[in-house]
Amino acid sequence: MKLSVESRQAITDAWLVGPATLALILFIFLPVAIVAVLSFTDYQFGATSFNWNGLENYVKLFSSSIGRRAITNTLIYVAIVIPFSVGFGLLVAIGLFRMATWAPLLSNLMKTIYFLPVAATLVAMSVAWQMVLHPSLGIVNQTLLSFGMQPQNWLSDRGLVLYTLAVIGIWQSVGYNMVLFLAGLSAIPTELYDAAEVDGAGGGWSRFWTVTWPMLGPTTLFVMVVTATNAFRVFETVATMTKGGPAFASDTLVYALYREGFVYFKAGYASAITMVFFAFLLALALIQFRIVEKRVHYR
Amino acid sequence: MKRLILSRLLPTILLVLGAAAILLPFVWMLSLSVKPRDEIFSTAIHFLPSRFEWENYAFAFTQTDIPLFLWNGLVMVAGILFFQILFAVPCAYALAQRRFAGRSLLFGLVVAALLVPFHVTAIPIFLAFAKIGILNTMWALILPFVQTAFGVFLFRQFFAQIPADLFDAARVDGLGETAIVWRIAFPLALPAATAFAIFSVTAHWNDLFWPLIATTDPHLATPPRGILYFRDQESGDNVGPLMAAAVIITAPLVIAFLLAQRKFIQGIAAGGLKG
Repeated sequence: MKLSVESRQAITDAWLVGPATLALILFIFLPVAIVAVLSFTDYQFGATSFNWNGLENYVKLFSSSIGRRAITNTLIYVAIVIPFSVGFGLLVAIGLFRMATWAPLLSNLMKTIYFLPVAATLVAMSVAWQMVLHPSLGIVNQTLLSFGMQPQNWLSDRGLVLYTLAVIGIWQSVGYNMVLFLAGLSAIPTELYDAAEVDGAGGGWSRFWTVTWPMLGPTTLFVMVVTATNAFRVFETVATMTKGGPAFASDTLVYALYREGFVYFKAGYASAITMVFFAFLLALALIQFRIVEKRVHYR
Repeated sequence: MKRLILSRLLPTILLVLGAAAILLPFVWMLSLSVKPRDEIFSTAIHFLPSRFEWENYAFAFTQTDIPLFLWNGLVMVAGILFFQILFAVPCAYALAQRRFAGRSLLFGLVVAALLVPFHVTAIPIFLAFAKIGILNTMWALILPFVQTAFGVFLFRQFFAQIPADLFDAARVDGLGETAIVWRIAFPLALPAATAFAIFSVTAHWNDLFWPLIATTDPHLATPPRGILYFRDQESGDNVGPLMAAAVIITAPLVIAFLLAQRKFIQGIAAGGLKG
């Protein structure tokens, strides 16, 4: 049997893109469609049948105190992590960028240190953080005591736990943002600084406000969105250190979807949580696309 | 002089303080991992123990399943990376260098898939795996990640920059398309492949979400899942060995990072940008 050139080409194309395409459909698009459908049902894992229940899962998520808690906790967490992680990332990047001119080795060493938490296994580091924050054996409380201050239950105090997790979130992401800002800084043409000097903006502060900050504007927006996207997915620290507790004080969207879906097996309700989480991330992705578009127009 | 102090000394002090805060959990983890039991449970602050208790590491290596967890992690990340490369590279090559019906549609799908975080697909994949009975197997840990829209995207960008003449010349020499992909395109894309491999290995070695869902068998636990088994068994009593285990699990990637910092930062930074 002789095949025409066209059909031979078509077979080659199918052979090259087929497996990847099939995998994308099987493991991304089909599951997304199914999770969307499930979110309108009362399906439970293991059940033989299910009923449509319209928006009930969504109503439950937004009206029950536990559901609302997961959403507001996530938003609070993200709202704390963004400014501090981006702010510290920017400060560290500027500091190390300047230091590189007179102490390149030290600057590089510090860059390595700041990036360390990004590469380290977060679950293992969370186990380590548990010991750092241990009520009696942890170094934080021991230090507080030695200064005559009140030790705290960082991970089991309802009023504190979310902030503790946010601090760990910041600790984990500063180095990542630093790297993004360092890339942004080295892309600023030095002529701009020379020009600023000619115009009388020679000091550190005026250099920053006249050149660095405006040039880093798009990078900063971008870094903020990336930070928000990662913060929304907070799971490892919660699952390792608090399991959403005490009394749901550190429950977050991804942890709630894990608990409802895979501990209580409420697939329908967990699917609704998933869709809400997905909606937040899609909104962020939309913002990110617009920023990238703007950035291209700049050049 | 005063200006120099203000512009150099002050920022340096602040940067060093920040770096110390970043290092705190690492140092505390290392410190506890070599402390004898009585010193762990003392309330005096000492970073260095009076004597190094290597017994903690011996315990973690011999009395626990940590070596098995490391092995599971290795098999999983190697399996995932193998299939990701196997599927993504030919697809990316075709998208960049060949003309076929549905090419822009496929590229659109790849970009759309980039927007879907893994957490979103977990419930249906769990249901399907339960149905076909492969939960609690190594395949359950590997299969969901054989697709990689990010990998296709990254390799496509790379292949698009290679002049088409190069591939035409190979065709004239009688090479088939599959041979071109693996013998010409892929070796050229090794820098992109390294960055991708670092991103993929880091992401999956560190992942807790899916191993927590897909496996309940401790013998299949990956390092992050495994250390939690260990911790929960010991109910917080065996702090020294637990910290030694944490060090052992964190060490492979941290050492790889220290040895190949630039590659690492490139790989992880590129991966993060996929959002």
